[in-house]
Amino acid sequence: MLGDGIGSNVRKSKLINRRMFLASAAKAVVFFGIVSRLFYLQVEQNKKYLTLSDKNRIRENKLPPVRGEFKDFFGKTIAGNLDVYELHVIPEQVEDFRVLITRVKQILNLSNKHIDKIYKTKNKQKPWETIIISDNLNWNEFSKINYYLYDLPGLKPVISVGRNYPFNESYSHVLGYVAYASKEDLSSNETINKRHVPGLRVGKNGLEKTFENQLIGTNTIQRFEVNAYGKRINQLEVQNGDQGNSLRITVDTEIQKYTNELLAGEAGSISVMDIFTGEIIAMNSSPSFNPNDFLYGIGSKDWKDLNSNPFKPLVNKTISGLYSPGSTIKPLVALSALENNVIKPSMRVFCKDNIDFYGQKFHCWKKKGHGHMTLKNAIKQSCDIYFYEVARLLGVDRLNETANRFGLGKIVLKNFFENEKKGVFPSTEWKKTAIGQNWYLGETLITGIGQGYIQSTPLQLTLMTAQLANGGNKIYPTIIPNNKNVELIKKEMQDNEDYDLPTNYPPLVTNKENVKFVLDAMFKSTNEIYGTSYSSRIEDPKYQFAGKTGTAQVKRITEAEREQERKLEQIPYKERDHAWFIAFGPYKNPRYALTVLVEHGGSGSSAAAPIAKKLFKKIIDRHEEREKIRINEIETS
Amino acid sequence: MKSYSTFGEVSFFQKIKSLDFYLLISIIILGAISILAMYSTDISDGNFYHSFNHALRFVVFFCLMILLSFINIKHYFSLSIFFYFCVLILLIGATFFGTTVQGSQRWINLYFINLQPSELMKIAIIIFLARYYHRVQPDAVNSIKKFIIPFIILIVPILLVLSQPDLGTSVLIALSGIAVIWLAGINIKYIIYSLLGLVISFPFVISILKPYQKLRILTFINPDRDPLGAGYQIIQSKIAVGSGGLTGKGFLKGTQGYLDFLPEKHTDFIFTLFSEEFGFVGSVLLLILYAFIITRILIIGSNSRNYFGKFFCYGFAISIFFYISVNMLMVLGMLPIVGSPLPIMSYGGSSMLSMMIALGIVMSARIYSREIIN
Repeated sequence: MLGDGIGSNVRKSKLINRRMFLASAAKAVVFFGIVSRLFYLQVEQNKKYLTLSDKNRIRENKLPPVRGEFKDFFGKTIAGNLDVYELHVIPEQVEDFRVLITRVKQILNLSNKHIDKIYKTKNKQKPWETIIISDNLNWNEFSKINYYLYDLPGLKPVISVGRNYPFNESYSHVLGYVAYASKEDLSSNETINKRHVPGLRVGKNGLEKTFENQLIGTNTIQRFEVNAYGKRINQLEVQNGDQGNSLRITVDTEIQKYTNELLAGEAGSISVMDIFTGEIIAMNSSPSFNPNDFLYGIGSKDWKDLNSNPFKPLVNKTISGLYSPGSTIKPLVALSALENNVIKPSMRVFCKDNIDFYGQKFHCWKKKGHGHMTLKNAIKQSCDIYFYEVARLLGVDRLNETANRFGLGKIVLKNFFENEKKGVFPSTEWKKTAIGQNWYLGETLITGIGQGYIQSTPLQLTLMTAQLANGGNKIYPTIIPNNKNVELIKKEMQDNEDYDLPTNYPPLVTNKENVKFVLDAMFKSTNEIYGTSYSSRIEDPKYQFAGKTGTAQVKRITEAEREQERKLEQIPYKERDHAWFIAFGPYKNPRYALTVLVEHGGSGSSAAAPIAKKLFKKIIDRHEEREKIRINEIETS
Repeated sequence: MKSYSTFGEVSFFQKIKSLDFYLLISIIILGAISILAMYSTDISDGNFYHSFNHALRFVVFFCLMILLSFINIKHYFSLSIFFYFCVLILLIGATFFGTTVQGSQRWINLYFINLQPSELMKIAIIIFLARYYHRVQPDAVNSIKKFIIPFIILIVPILLVLSQPDLGTSVLIALSGIAVIWLAGINIKYIIYSLLGLVISFPFVISILKPYQKLRILTFINPDRDPLGAGYQIIQSKIAVGSGGLTGKGFLKGTQGYLDFLPEKHTDFIFTLFSEEFGFVGSVLLLILYAFIITRILIIGSNSRNYFGKFFCYGFAISIFFYISVNMLMVLGMLPIVGSPLPIMSYGGSSMLSMMIALGIVMSARIYSREIIN
């Protein structure tokens, strides 16, 4: 050291050391701060960050639940599942959406229109919502995509579950159909909301919708460890979901298919019911549609066609179609009059084409009139004049009471179909509240022949017929098998002639003889000459059935038209009468009741009754097999 | 100018004997830890590029350090100005003609190594200032005349590095330089004045900052502002550290690093990964190791009989402290994200090289502690 000397050097050293000491103290403080921070993050908040870290690395993959199947009464699958190969993408997980789509377009040869649609969907949705690029890849395309997958980050090939209806349009109205869950489905059904994955199909209609929560099943959940780019590194666990419950229904596919054939080319409805168990054997509405068309989303043109079709293929006419029942109501009117002791079966009325009531003309369908009629003959030949008189004596309110008891104006299949209508069976009070007018006697008369305000569904008439055919006892219509012993039901119905005893199948009438009288009249209507459905009779007692025709006017017939006596073909389709036929059989030991409706089919005897004849053969032929299964089930349960 | 030693020339055996073995062993332990941590980051990549390079560099530069420590401290004293200007020229070269990576022009491609002169500048500035203040008396330090040279020597590299742009390194260069100037005895009020000046000029500084730097400062203030964008690094880093817990997830078991959630996991965020795998206990032990290294350097400095050695050791010790603190406070979300490697632990040749050069000089200061430089 030169110059400044020792003192200065000591001062310099002291200064440096003092300052270094300060720096060390500061260092200690900062290091302590770092340790505290580490302690805070790693010890205090460890749980929080551990959760965040797991959230970071673990991705859940929810697979679509496997839907339960529908079986018919014989265990045949009527709605099954099939694998559907789909291609999904979530835009926010893709680095360059345009590049990806262009690559996919090349690989799958997608059309420009298809690509436009994808971009349109993308613009409509949030970036984290899934876009379904394709919902209908074949196996070749699907494996091709999987082959190139390493090159297509963000693309998700998905094996989804689709619905398959092997009997196409036969069950459309019973089962309904499934389609992609809509926003409404998600908001109205919590179960769907919870189990939803992109591309999930849910019931839109019919039993598919009603039993959605039982059918839907639970998701299989895969947990993956992913890296920061969302790439799967390995699978951590799989939580297998359960298939939804399978449901067996009471319908017999053979009969159901046959009803479809019988109604081919017509608009109408057929329903068949077991008169003791209340099981629906067949339920068809025509025209129908193919529910498989909805699997990949129906095209807007096809949808428009279905919606605007004048024959209304989307409406289940059996439960949602409302019609005047026409003469099919006559057995019930007769029963009501007998029950209320208003008339005796021997009451005679002279039918001469038309009759004046209070200055208004009321016609019989038969131009020249039936001549002298008694009650049984009036049912058999469906004499309108006679029933005007019965109705006049009975009054609409007493008729309404009997009709209600037999199920008219009420929902038949409670809780099974959300679109079932209850129709109208009028009364004086009903008119006051619904229309706000007083009841006119003339209205009573036309109600007596099933015209006017009466609106019923075909299934209501089937139930009415069934409850007449079983001797006048209440039954419980169902579409899910109830394993009931028919012999026990029959016994219970017979044992409880006494009105007061508690029973599951209470009598709907006070005097069973009245029912027998009406059933006999219906038998004669089909099986005796001059009966309205005589030409559709089956003589073989095994198949022999009894029925009642109905021809319901859809508009008031003018005097001029009445004079013309137009042939069916001369009348515009929309103005033609609806053709009805209600029936039960076999007559000796009745078991099944049915209703045939042909919309604008003309007369019941020519359009509806022949269909019933063919159908009865089928129903009775299937009876033994059906009983075998039923008895077997009762024994095993 | 003639320099002499008290004992004359030191024999080779004596040189070996007077190495600070505590410091050497600490460095070897730190090196081993860094290689293991690097190995852990490589697992997800499937190759061992980083860990191999890191290990190789550590071994080579460690040997270089030993070699450097045998050179008499007085030679560093006389070469210090030359060294500074060499590094400055390299820095100018890198700033204007260098390789651009991620928008920052800070590398010179020397074929066998991508040299980052700004890292060397962190050391060069200490060497230069240590030499400068070696002769300046405490009374003279505060005179304008004696202040002008250190100011220019410091501000030029800072501005160069800032323009690359590399905020982190320029801050660390500034801190290293200020540390030495302060040790030399500059009146504390000057530092306070300049800090005030900095605060006043803050809006101006903000306006010349690059958008990404502004974003980082805003993100530091509120990391949840943009969790997938600028805040991502801080959030993921905190998740990694926090999920480590008391004893960590275990070696090679950290998920945040393995699954690539951690950004820059080889370099600036290596501590995060280490902390995730070894937990609070491991992190504190690492911090203690660093503190021990700093303390050894301080002891060497206090035993040095020449001011050059003293200034260098003290300045370097404070700088290491700054490197560690800035890096850790940054990854723990207490400072904005600025590029700053963790000494020895982080991947990067230039950082490792400058650390080893400095440690070599420290060792030399130990071996030649009795050397008196005039």
